[in-house]
This record gives sequence, structure tokens and C-alpha cells, in this order.
Amino acid sequence: MSEYLVLIYAEEAALGASAPEMFNTMMKEHEEFGTNNAASLRGGNALEATSSATSLRRDAAGKLVVTDGAFAETKEALGGYYVIEASDLDAAIAIASQVPAPFGGVEVRPIRVFD
Amino acid sequence: MRRDDVEAAIADAYRHEWGFVLAATVRVTGDIDVAEECVQDAFGRAVAAWLSRGVPRRPGAWLTTVARRRAIDVLRHDASRTRALSVAGATEDVADNDVHDERLRLIFTCCHPALSVETQVALALRLLCGLTTSEVARAFLVSESTMAARLTRGKKKIRDARIPYRVPARADLPERLDAVLSAIHLVFTTGHTAPNGSALVRRDLVENARQLAEMLHHLLPDEPDVTGLLALIVLTDARHETRVDEDGTLALLSEQDRSRWDREAIDEGRALVRRALASGSTGRFVLMAAIAAVHAEARSWKDTDWREIVGLYDVLMRSWPSPVVALNRAVAVSFADGPESGLVALTALAGEPQLANYGYLASARADVLRRLGHRAEARVAYEEALAQQSNEVERLFLRRRLRELEV
Repeated sequence: MSEYLVLIYAEEAALGASAPEMFNTMMKEHEEFGTNNAASLRGGNALEATSSATSLRRDAAGKLVVTDGAFAETKEALGGYYVIEASDLDAAIAIASQVPAPFGGVEVRPIRVFD
Repeated sequence: MRRDDVEAAIADAYRHEWGFVLAATVRVTGDIDVAEECVQDAFGRAVAAWLSRGVPRRPGAWLTTVARRRAIDVLRHDASRTRALSVAGATEDVADNDVHDERLRLIFTCCHPALSVETQVALALRLLCGLTTSEVARAFLVSESTMAARLTRGKKKIRDARIPYRVPARADLPERLDAVLSAIHLVFTTGHTAPNGSALVRRDLVENARQLAEMLHHLLPDEPDVTGLLALIVLTDARHETRVDEDGTLALLSEQDRSRWDREAIDEGRALVRRALASGSTGRFVLMAAIAAVHAEARSWKDTDWREIVGLYDVLMRSWPSPVVALNRAVAVSFADGPESGLVALTALAGEPQLANYGYLASARADVLRRLGHRAEARVAYEEALAQQSNEVERLFLRRRLRELEV
């Protein structure tokens, strides 16, 4: 078995502009996803919007620079994630394809294992 | 045993047994890289062994046994590699010795949609057809180091993301199969009209594509699109002798000496098309093969049933809409309904971004303009096609047309 991170990307503007019922439906779908895939789920969370993000980098002199906003400015931002366990990529895709992502899509990344 | 005979037998085994031996060895190693090393080693050992004891009756079985034995040795001596048993699903039920299935597993692994199409094609040629990295690089006109990096990245993704070494479940088969067929078709089209260079056709690529299609057809005889792709390759290739004149210029379908078409291949292809169509499939390769069959069946260019061809393109446009299909349909329309109608259909495609640098749009326009007697416009279109075409044989043809229009 391997672990995969399923990153949920969403267009924040569209998400923010959506009606409350749409948001409620999406949350209900996430609950259903969680129930249906309980055996494979190892964790997961929704994230606050990138407007709440703070990025930390070090400049050339090694001094910490704290800035407002996400690390990379993109139209579709990371909005949440699941950690799942699956036997292989096909099994991981089968689970990830059920993740509700009405404002974008999901990315599947194998979690690296260090010997 | 003479060295020449042994070398010929080894070369033959490379062509026909590599994929088979590798696929069977991956099952032991669970790792494509280790399996490749072991198979390479087995081919190396074959030279001396076959020189002294003769070429075995079944070279593939001999090579598989030696490669697998080597794999077990490697894994025993290198514990870190045993830990890296990395191709998901590879070592399940090793007792199952269905070698054909082994190759099928490898095909679906190489052509997994999680890999880029360039990577899929490169892996298929390297792992299933046994081409060396430099041969694959030459086939796709990139440097050997670029191709080596692409192959390494592909194998690393298979390992790290755990792309399974397995034939997909029935429900996923149509979609996954389409990726495999597209990859094989790309190998074929690249070989059938080489993107550049002095030869029109790259026999090696055509033969590799045919070999892959035959392999797949043998493994999945009831999949209409697989049958269709094989038929398309067989029927298109049946004309290969006549596509270039003795003086090296391109001969169009209308100019080809049909008595030199490979009748046996055409009969084989037609039987395959009939079989694929009987299933009621309107898959794109089935339809493309059906179109190729209509051309193959016509006794002369004049006898071509263009109405039937346009009809088949109409069905194809519904199941597989693409600008290239639309272009081919427009050309068929120019013969079914006359060049005016063809020109209208071609003009409608002028803004297609996918055709912007596709020389065949300009040459198709040039041809209908020439047939309509619009010489000046035809010349401009031929010049445009010439600027976009890098294959020398095709260029020679376009220059010939330009000269004819100057007279």
C-alpha cells in the first residue's frame, strides 16, 4: 500500500461568488466522500482562502522575509487536501475521482517514503 | 555455428522477442530498470552460447530463462533492490505464466494516461519494440541525452507514482485502450510520412507500429478499435511500394500504379475491417480503416467511391471531431462534389489554430485552386505549403507542382 496526497484546487473567485446552497451541497458531498472511502482515508482538511496565507522565504543574505499571500499566485489555488491510502495509481485515481471539486480539480501526488 | 548466422538470429530476437522477454522479466524483478539490465545481459550471453551450441529452437524462451535467472541473482545479491520492488502489481501471482498477458501488462503500463504522450511512445518503442535509446531519439528527432532523460523520467514516474503493471479493469478498458492505440498510431504516422529528412517513409517505425498493433490484436482480438488500427496500418502500408516514383518523387494516390499494391495485404486488411464493422463499432480507427479500404478496393482513381468516403468522414466527425479529420473530409468533398465545394469546406478551416502550421491544409487548398484553374492563388498556396513542409520527398512534389503552374 502507498499513500497519496490528493490536492484540491479551486478557483477562489468562483468559490467566493457561489451561492450558500452550492457551498452546502459541496460540504455534503465531502461528507459522503468521507463515508464512502473511510477505509482509505488517512486524513484531510479544508484550507482558509489564500488571502489568509502568509509566505516565508529567505533572501540572499539569509534573512527571513515574511509576505502576505500564497507562495505562488495562481488562478486556481490549493483549497484543501486528503491523504489516502491506495495499492497503486489506478486505485488512487479511482478514489481521487470521487473528491468533489466543483471549482477546479484535484492533483494526485505519491507521498515520498524515505528508507 | 557461423558468427553471421548467430548475429542475424540475435538481431531477429531483438526485433521480435525483446518486449516478450522484458515483460516476463519485469514480473520477476518488479522493476523495469533492473529487468532491462537483465534482458540486456541475456542478449549479451546469447552471443557466446549460441555460437558454441547453436541458436535455440525458441530463442525467446531461452532469453527469458536466462534473463529471469539473472534477475533472481541480482535481487539475491542486492537487498536494496529487493526492497525497491516497485512496479505495483508486478509480482502478484508470478506462477501465472501467460506470456502474452505479460506483454499486454507492459503495453498498458507504458501507455498509461498519467504519462505524457511523448513518454508513452518512447517507452513503448524502447520497452516493447526493443529499440535502443539512440534509435528512439533518432525516430523523434531529439538528442540522445534528451531521449535518455525522457525515458528515465517515465520509468521514475511509473515507480514513484506506482503506475500498476496490470491490464485495466473492464470498465476502464475503452479509455485506457484509446491511449494505447493513439500511441501506436503516432508511431505509424511518424513512420508513414517522416516529419522530415530525405526519405518519405521510415520503414522501421512503420514495422514497429505494425508489430505493436499485431501484438495488441493478438491479445485483444475482440476489440473493434484494435482490429481497426491493425487494418488501417495493413491497408495503408499495402500501398507503400507505389508512394514514391523511381526518381524519388511523391506519387499521389491518383498517380499510383495500383497493380503494384500488395493485394494479399489488402485482402487481409479488408477482412479485418469487415470484422471490426460487424461489431457495429464506429470507433475512429474502425472508420479510418474503412476509408482506407474504400481506396484499396477502387480499381482506379476514377472508380473511387467518394460519396462513401465522405459518408464515412461524416460519421468519423461525429465520433471523433478534429480539424485534421475535417481537412481530410474537405478533400474528399472536393472529389465527390467538385473542387468548388472542396474550396468552400477548406476555406472554413482557415482559422483553425491546430492547422495553422500543418502544411497539408495549404497543399489541399493549392490542389483545389489548381483544379479550378486559379493558377496565381494556387501558386501562393503551394509556396505556403512548401514553407511548412520539412520532408524532402514532399517538398520535391510541391516544387514540381509549382513549376507546372509557371508554364
